[in-house]
Amino acid sequence: MKSLLKPLLAVFLLALPAAAQAGTVTIKGSDTMVILGQRWAEAFMKKNPTIKVQVTGGGSGVGLAALQNGTTDIAMSSREMKKAEADKLRARFKVPPVQRSVAKDGVTFYVHQGNPVSALTTEQLMKIYVGDITTWKQVGGADAPIVAYSRENSSGTYVFVKDMVLDGEDFAPAIQTLPGTAAVVNAVSKEKNSLGYGGAAYAEGIKELKVKKGNEEIAPSADNIKSGKYPLARDLFFYLRAEPTGDIKAFIDFALSPEGQAIVTQVGYFPVK
Amino acid sequence: MEQGLTRVVAAPRLSAAARRRQLREKAVAGFITLMAFTGIAALILIIVFVAKEALTLFTDADARHEASFSKMFLPQEGRYPFRWQPVSDTPKVSMIPLFVGTLKITLVSMLVAVPMGVFSALFVAEFAPRRLRELLKPVIELLAGIPSVVLGFFALMVLSPMVKDLFHLDRPLNGTLAGLALALAIVPVIFTVSEDALTAVPRSYREASLALGATLWETAWKVVLPAAAPGILAACVLGFGRAIGETMIVLMASGNADIVSWNLGDSARSLSATIAAEMGEVVVGSPHYSLLFFIGVELFIFTFVLNMVASTWTKKVLQRLTGSAS
Repeated sequence: MKSLLKPLLAVFLLALPAAAQAGTVTIKGSDTMVILGQRWAEAFMKKNPTIKVQVTGGGSGVGLAALQNGTTDIAMSSREMKKAEADKLRARFKVPPVQRSVAKDGVTFYVHQGNPVSALTTEQLMKIYVGDITTWKQVGGADAPIVAYSRENSSGTYVFVKDMVLDGEDFAPAIQTLPGTAAVVNAVSKEKNSLGYGGAAYAEGIKELKVKKGNEEIAPSADNIKSGKYPLARDLFFYLRAEPTGDIKAFIDFALSPEGQAIVTQVGYFPVK
Repeated sequence: MEQGLTRVVAAPRLSAAARRRQLREKAVAGFITLMAFTGIAALILIIVFVAKEALTLFTDADARHEASFSKMFLPQEGRYPFRWQPVSDTPKVSMIPLFVGTLKITLVSMLVAVPMGVFSALFVAEFAPRRLRELLKPVIELLAGIPSVVLGFFALMVLSPMVKDLFHLDRPLNGTLAGLALALAIVPVIFTVSEDALTAVPRSYREASLALGATLWETAWKVVLPAAAPGILAACVLGFGRAIGETMIVLMASGNADIVSWNLGDSARSLSATIAAEMGEVVVGSPHYSLLFFIGVELFIFTFVLNMVASTWTKKVLQRLTGSAS
């Protein structure tokens, strides 16, 4: 029996798609993390010319599904893996999947730069997004309707805001959704009564809102996010089928090294270490 | 029976060249048949795959509970009767806001694109001097070459403030804007097919009409246009199908809020944009995932029924025009 197993295993490994090729690491998943992943890959390949790292986007769900059917080594995800996804991976690969938090992202609310409002409490934000507050006047701004934007309902950012800001309640029907942080930023910069949220972004025409807690207004700055003072920070994850070895381990170690974490800061996210 | 009749009749002797030609003919015919069947096979496989993913909704107990037909189509308890919030502790999966949004946006785009497409085709086919025609035709057909992502971004960045100010709306992204941007995408479709139908009308019709003393305008309006009616109908159906299925433009310009409202100043969420927005992040194999495929099946059925209705309608129009009951 044992003598049969070895060749079978060899055949099985050979039959695995490109993911198992020596010297290639494939990474797939969250669109939020694609740029970060690519920058890591470039820097890593400069240091290790023999290893190829391929990074593609498509969404957290796509990355996790690819991890399941063996077409990627690492799945990038901006949300925690759902129980159903973890169960499937465990059933298929006999070991529980491995989660590594590789960067932090502060979810920021933006308004148009001409908006006099500069800080809101999480409670006010919640009331706006569930539809109880509909004009800027109610939160100390101009007498105009709030045009609130959200992300599409399966993005990690959306789920995070829904859990952390809305306490799991539903967004109001009038809330408009847009694909991707870039689209939200563009829409907010175009419309003076708008409000939107997304990852930390630096763009013309928008202003980042501070979060009010008691008498304090907390800006989504690197220090506040690292120290955990800013209430709306989330982790960005790498998911693996099993404990990493070889090239994959080398890549993840690089991402978590001081050099890798410096790249995180350059891209506009926040280091975990 | 005479024995002579059972003698085998020898086949006519073919030269080598002729035999080669015959072989080539056969090979080419086989190749073309294969291509045709490949297309059909691909279509069937797509339908099978999409339907299979959607079927989980009915076979899986979890999914049946989370997304039953009553939850999809009937008003629910709670603050809002119709909600599309599939990612939630209690998923709400009403299709009604998606239907309303899709129809709203499609109708706006058709109201703009049909007159634009048909009349520009009429102008180019009947009135335009030759020089102008040779300029206009490629320009309008170039519109079709613009990727819809570009049109969508154009709508989001450039058109949205204009439309908002023009109609005095609260929200920059709304059904009207999406409809207008969508019209840009389907005008070339309608124009191209209509123009072909108009130029295919026989010259003798025009000459007869002019000989009876009709003006150019009367000829175009009362003779050529009715004669080309089936083709123009087909153009409109094609445009409609494209409008229902168009994704990127609607995703970027409509605001995608799941409201049930026929107000054109309100945002709208369409079926196809919903698939595009959610497919990337959804948990594969979950009820939500099956729901997205189910939406795909719905879209497929829509277009299919639409084409059926259109083709029978075209037949009727043809009958009326030719006056024969063929």
